[in-house]
Amino acid sequence: MQSLVNISRNLLLASSIALPYTLFCTSATQAEVAYISNEKDNTLSVIDLDTLSVVNTIEVGLRPRGITFSHDYKKLYICASDSDAVQIMDVASGRIIANLPSGEDPEQFALHPNDRLLYIANEDAAVVTVVDTESRSVISQIDVGVEPEGMAVSPDGRWVVNTSETSNMLHWIDSDSQSLVDSTLIDQRPRHVEFSHKGDTVWASSEIGGTVAVFNVAERSLQHLFRFQIPGVHRDRIQPVGIQLTGDDRYAFVALGPSNHVAVIDVAKMEVIKYLLVGQRVWHLALNSDESRLLTTNGVSGDVSVIDVDKLRVIKSIRVGRYPWGVAIKP
Amino acid sequence: MACPADATITMIMSRSPTPLLPIVWLLLSWPLSLAAGEPVTIDVLYLQQQLPAKPVLSNLRPKPADSGLAGARQGLADNNTSSRFTGWFYQLTPITSSDPDELLAASEQWLAAGNQYIVADLPTATLKALMQRLTKANQALVFNAGNSDDSLRRDDCRAYLLHTAPSRAMLADGLAQFLISKRWNQWLLVVGLQPEDQLFAAALERSAQRFGGKWVDRRQWQTQSDLRRSAQKEIPRLTQARDYDVILVADEPGDIGEYLPYNSWLPRPVAGTQGLTPTAWHWSIEQWGAAQLQSRFQQLAGRDMNATDYSAWLAMRALQEAVVRSHSQAREAVYHYLLSEQFNLSAFKGQGLSFRPWNGQLRQPIPLVQPNAVVSQSPQEGYLHPVSTLDTLGFDKSEVHCHMNQPVAAG
Repeated sequence: MQSLVNISRNLLLASSIALPYTLFCTSATQAEVAYISNEKDNTLSVIDLDTLSVVNTIEVGLRPRGITFSHDYKKLYICASDSDAVQIMDVASGRIIANLPSGEDPEQFALHPNDRLLYIANEDAAVVTVVDTESRSVISQIDVGVEPEGMAVSPDGRWVVNTSETSNMLHWIDSDSQSLVDSTLIDQRPRHVEFSHKGDTVWASSEIGGTVAVFNVAERSLQHLFRFQIPGVHRDRIQPVGIQLTGDDRYAFVALGPSNHVAVIDVAKMEVIKYLLVGQRVWHLALNSDESRLLTTNGVSGDVSVIDVDKLRVIKSIRVGRYPWGVAIKP
Repeated sequence: MACPADATITMIMSRSPTPLLPIVWLLLSWPLSLAAGEPVTIDVLYLQQQLPAKPVLSNLRPKPADSGLAGARQGLADNNTSSRFTGWFYQLTPITSSDPDELLAASEQWLAAGNQYIVADLPTATLKALMQRLTKANQALVFNAGNSDDSLRRDDCRAYLLHTAPSRAMLADGLAQFLISKRWNQWLLVVGLQPEDQLFAAALERSAQRFGGKWVDRRQWQTQSDLRRSAQKEIPRLTQARDYDVILVADEPGDIGEYLPYNSWLPRPVAGTQGLTPTAWHWSIEQWGAAQLQSRFQQLAGRDMNATDYSAWLAMRALQEAVVRSHSQAREAVYHYLLSEQFNLSAFKGQGLSFRPWNGQLRQPIPLVQPNAVVSQSPQEGYLHPVSTLDTLGFDKSEVHCHMNQPVAAG
């Protein structure tokens, strides 16, 4: 395990030097593309971010939900929940090249900054499975609460935080020992969890509680609790799910489910400054590489809303497959 | 296993009113050690009175012997998965009998041992007798998971009696809202032979008055002939009336209702206890993560989850939520928390559930189902209420004649 941690530190160093260079090169040659997982179509929709149109649809395993890229964007990991597998797609060819042993019903996952360990929430089994993507083997399984869902790794790689939807907890896992250190009670039905880029806070949404909790990572204590009020929308319909923070931690965007709105939070002021109307039952969000565009998956209306981040305005809806769930963007 | 003694839990009040914010903040920033170092086990009694099956004309599938109890077991399993982190563990003691005296005696003995939580699936008379005995001893909190009697919510509510099962009034209101939304407001009522059929019919009549359903006529089923052979002759005559949009049937045991669809005088849908049915739960519900609960239950019980199972599961989950969030296993603290505005239970129906402080009824959406699919879920859009849209289903505060005699607030 110690060797893996060392690898992760080296990789982190390497990637921080290499990243600006790669970004510059690729943006000049080809358009960014967004991959959308369509939960009830068993497909991924591929969106060209220059033309804002669907350019490809790729068949994958059953009930695809969480998706995330490897750091070099050559591999896309896909939670194929009803196939009980995390699939690895070769991005260049669009082919599934391997199934990782993922445990039962994987829903969401997070890739460790070492680009190697994948932490997978197994919703039916109340465990978090740790998979080494290189050896394609399970390293550890960690008992958590009922219906684990959200998963995030701190930028320094130390903490893995998982939410359990029915136990209503944040579970804090030490990534060195792969063991559970602490559990923190939060509001009803916690869904997504996301670290700030500085790593000092972790943000967690509670779908039924209608709140987003911001925790201080060092003390594992609650720092702020957001509630949301949208004129003309009943509070029962305001159900926070996906969270995305800009790289400078200036804005936090929160997808508010069946209220069909995305909340924009000014992080410095810890204040909601705007609500953006998007498609129906907005679930997850992702920013493109220069953070000029934010994409949202809208499950019920079966489309993706594109938000202009500078103007904080919705500029387009793009029809994708049925029940779009996750989104990942490749520069 | 993670050591519960070491777990530090920070508490979040789920619906704190704004003026209380400083106090809430104090609570939030105050890490609380749970269970004082030692894991605590809370024993829950599951009390079920077996009732003789009513004679019916149709070919009913028998109710599973563990109906309700299996739901409590699922709640137990879910609670104990979290217990590793909270320090509060649960166990379940099921007592089943057809003799109410036996059940009451057993529950007294069990309470005398210092236990205090009961999940009950009992007919009204036995449930009332149980509550009377408890008032003297003053030592239990009862969750009604199997009885939908309106009188228990309107005229005879009791302190320490909470209803996780929806009332007939809630079921009927859920259905009526849907029918009115569809503009199917001309109703023909068909009522079965049992006393509970009259109660369901009364609930439908109340809903008609509330939401604007118009009765074309009311037909009481009387014939004793075997409908399996004669439905095609009998039902058209029974349902012959001037034009109606829908037939509402009140037949809880399933005696004749199964024969109404397709045999009616006019080609009209059937709703009520058969056809389109309002219910607490149905195996085909999969939205809002319900698929996970359904599959857990399938693995545990080897069958589909029914409405009584769900209500019993709710009772166990509500208890655990209150224990963990109030940091106490004491009945007073738990009961007070359950009836407070802070209590909010996520239960796979798309919104948080809470108890009505005026009669102890759990507010909950009512799914409307046909045998193999969910058709809709009430409250329907546009039915509004100043407090909660869920209070458009069942008895609102002003309709309730009884008093809960709440204990003095602990703080």
